[in-house]
Amino acid sequence: MKLIKQLIAAAALTFATSAIAAPATEAPDALVKRISADVIDSAKADKDIQAGNQQKVMSLVETKILPHVDFQRMTALAAGRHWRDASAEQQKLLANEFRTLLIFTYSGALSQIKNETVDFKPLRASPSDQEVEVRSSVNVQRGDPVTLNYRLAKTPQGWKIFDINVLGAWLVETYKGTFATEIGKSGIDGLIKALAERNKKLASKPVTTKK
Amino acid sequence: MKAITIKAMWRPLALAIFAVALTGCATTTGKIDPYEKYNRKVFAFNDAVDTHALKPAATAYKRVLPGVVQTGVNNFFYNLSDVWSSANNLMQGKGERGLSDMTRVVINSTFGLAGLLDIATDAGLPRHTEDFGQTLGYWGVPPGPYVMLPLLGPSTLRDTVGLPLDIAADPWGYGVTSRVRNLGTVLRVVDQRAVLLDASTLLEAAALGDRYEFIRDGYLQQRKSKVFDGEISRKAAKEARADEEPDARGIAAPYVDTDPDAVKKDSKANLKAEPITEPITEPKAEPKAEPKADPVKPVSSETPAK
Repeated sequence: MKLIKQLIAAAALTFATSAIAAPATEAPDALVKRISADVIDSAKADKDIQAGNQQKVMSLVETKILPHVDFQRMTALAAGRHWRDASAEQQKLLANEFRTLLIFTYSGALSQIKNETVDFKPLRASPSDQEVEVRSSVNVQRGDPVTLNYRLAKTPQGWKIFDINVLGAWLVETYKGTFATEIGKSGIDGLIKALAERNKKLASKPVTTKK
Repeated sequence: MKAITIKAMWRPLALAIFAVALTGCATTTGKIDPYEKYNRKVFAFNDAVDTHALKPAATAYKRVLPGVVQTGVNNFFYNLSDVWSSANNLMQGKGERGLSDMTRVVINSTFGLAGLLDIATDAGLPRHTEDFGQTLGYWGVPPGPYVMLPLLGPSTLRDTVGLPLDIAADPWGYGVTSRVRNLGTVLRVVDQRAVLLDASTLLEAAALGDRYEFIRDGYLQQRKSKVFDGEISRKAAKEARADEEPDARGIAAPYVDTDPDAVKKDSKANLKAEPITEPITEPKAEPKAEPKADPVKPVSSETPAK
């Protein structure tokens, strides 16, 4: 009797866990909340990051944030109609350089996190939406709360961020003008070269401010 | 009757005046930056002043002055700006936010030692900064072309028109000598620059190619977002406000039961409270001695068992 009971319990448990482990896409706002809390906690806990260690901050960004960002889409949107004119090789190079630029820039922002808290606004989206906007605001020590919004798109690998809004300015839109000017001046290769040069400069000179 | 008709006429009249003024100044709807040549020159000038004077001053300020003092200065000037923000919130019909900001000023000016401490934010009343340019924009006045103001930085035509009112309505400087007023203004500007030091370093890194263009595009987006509080239209902003929890509840919450019936009951009970007639005596010590005796017994009875 005891053995049968144990077998039944084991079977029930297996069914239960397999049901839970069934692939279910995480809701976009839950995903952003989780990443946000994870990154902030890691940044606060790590003294090297607080001191401005560029390597550590970048590895934090690469492990915790990058897997959830769709850089291909982000770059395509920023490049606008020129994206179609670019070859696959150029597209790949451009996306990579843009990605590197953003890592450098946002690593700088992350190393400045001290005691900030984040408030998330309720998500206003219907379950069938393929693109959603998750809104949050960061409470900073001095000044008004900083708006931080994310636009996510549904992909087969789950929800991915493709645009970020800081203080009311969307990243893609802000870079559109710069990209268009650069491409107008020296074509897509020129833009890739400009990005690569900027990234080389940033690699040698850390973005973080000394405390 | 006269007052009502003037009020009803005010909004369309104001819009008409501004629309005429703006169309008179702007060239075509195609360009957002028709004054680009002028703007770039002013931008170069502002940049020079910033690099050679303001940024070094702000860096030294940030490094030398203790954090507490910096926060105090920051809070003090923000408290003053909360007065005008409150008025603008009310002008935009955001009654709750306007009253909340007013309460902020009162709390911070009294308990917050003339504004040096920001107690109101911790008490659950966040700041809602508004200026007259945002008020105009909220009621439908389009921003107009991008304008780079000397020393003051990026702006739009609409906001530049509203600026004199912002300056006049600022409480700082009234009732103090001009020397104190000027020193205060310098301190305020340096403090603001110090707050933006990290952000500007980030901007240097993020801006690719033409910094002027990058700043312009970012600024115009940001300004538009501020006017409608992060939404795309006045209607959407109103709906978003309805989603928000009322601010002042932050203070009231710990003291009031969430059940409205219980509140009614409580207030009624308070009215009937009877005055204390018996003199307050010291609690008797004797009854306490007895319970103490009891626990002792079981313990002693247990030990022999062990």
